[in-house]
Amino acid sequence: MVIYLDNAATSWPKPDCVREAMVHYMTDVGASPGRSGHRLAVEAERIRFRARETLAELFGLTDPMRIIFTANATTALNVVIRGLLTPGAHAVVTSMEHNAVMRTLRALEPTGVSVSVVQCHSDGTLDPDSIDGHIRPQTRLIISIHASNACGTMMPIREIGAKARQRGIPFLVDAAQTSGCQPIDFRKDNIDLLTFTGHKALLGPAGTGGLAIGDQFDIRVLPTLICGGTGSKSEQLVHPDFLPDKYEAGTPNIVGIAGLSAGVGYVLDRGVESIREHERALTRRLIDGLHRVERVRVFGTQDANRQTAAVSFRIDGWTPSSVAHALDERFEIMCRPGLHCTPQAHRTLGTFPEGTVRLAAGVFTTDRQIDDAIEAVTTLARAEPSTKG
Amino acid sequence: MILVHSSSHAIQAERVLKRAGLAVKLIPTPRSLSSDCGSAVRIPAAEKEVCVQRLDEVGVPIDRIESLDE
Repeated sequence: MVIYLDNAATSWPKPDCVREAMVHYMTDVGASPGRSGHRLAVEAERIRFRARETLAELFGLTDPMRIIFTANATTALNVVIRGLLTPGAHAVVTSMEHNAVMRTLRALEPTGVSVSVVQCHSDGTLDPDSIDGHIRPQTRLIISIHASNACGTMMPIREIGAKARQRGIPFLVDAAQTSGCQPIDFRKDNIDLLTFTGHKALLGPAGTGGLAIGDQFDIRVLPTLICGGTGSKSEQLVHPDFLPDKYEAGTPNIVGIAGLSAGVGYVLDRGVESIREHERALTRRLIDGLHRVERVRVFGTQDANRQTAAVSFRIDGWTPSSVAHALDERFEIMCRPGLHCTPQAHRTLGTFPEGTVRLAAGVFTTDRQIDDAIEAVTTLARAEPSTKG
Repeated sequence: MILVHSSSHAIQAERVLKRAGLAVKLIPTPRSLSSDCGSAVRIPAAEKEVCVQRLDEVGVPIDRIESLDE
């Protein structure tokens, strides 16, 4: 029986309602939202609108039109970063950002965009005051990941957001790791823009994600990145400037959005706090278990209260990839080794270039599965050198 | 009939007005009224004022209002 502990990459299994919503769309609806006025097109638009409503509720937004669907979180990050950072602009980011942020910023540097990376501690934590010295008159965007995908460390977004707000600089939160499993409130957390992915803790399918826009954020400063058909204002050759169409060109992944909507519905029914508690208990159990294993080193805060369920570790004498291979081959445990698309975070943790092994519990993970994983790691850590990968 | 920006707004208008107990129906936007590919919101003529008021309260932008028997 497979033990799936790769939920920080993609959550699995999904709640039954996700599959059912997608089958319902494929079987009974089928049409594109916004492209016609017949009953099936209208039903498709109802599905998409319901998805906007559930996500707005999850993030504490009042206007569902401020939920924008994109192909994934990466696309949404590109929309914001490329839109706000014009030549001469400056951005402040943390040293725990994912490549979705870092590669996009680096690609803009030849155009005259400059970037300051605020150094985090070796457990991934950030002192919010360390941001201050990096802010310049040209700073147009402050970006923080909400929790590290490498080691789960939570970032102080509320404090960073307060600093951004004080200075009138837009604050972008990359919530790929936290949407659905950690509380997020646009107002309390001082967020202007937030990118989410559908296929992790929101329990939807891959190929879904988007951008949530705060009620006070002036969309006139964020241009359209991708233009095209929207089904609205078809007589015009210029792209519409109203939400959500301004950032939604082309036929959407409506079957994916149907599944995502059901996933978010599941999260809301069960409650983010209750999901967080479930994952916190599993994380504590896993960290405690790994601490007891000789020659295993855990990275990050190693404190379930200050991180997500993503737990990163290494076994002395083993490469992360050989541990992952052995966990799969011998124990049917799925994890993710290596750099997790975030070389910068691994440099911060001191784990570059080999990276770590990441075990990430999810909403359906059990205590028993965590205990089996700890036992498997224990077995590997005790193994003779000849059997190591 | 109320014409709104997009089909997303049509759904939003439908929800808002239905919740207010108004007899509302989404219909394909007549080609004579708009080039849009989507839906328009049909309301009873007598309820025009209250509909506009409700949509305004929630912040659903109205493109324009047309009478169907014109």
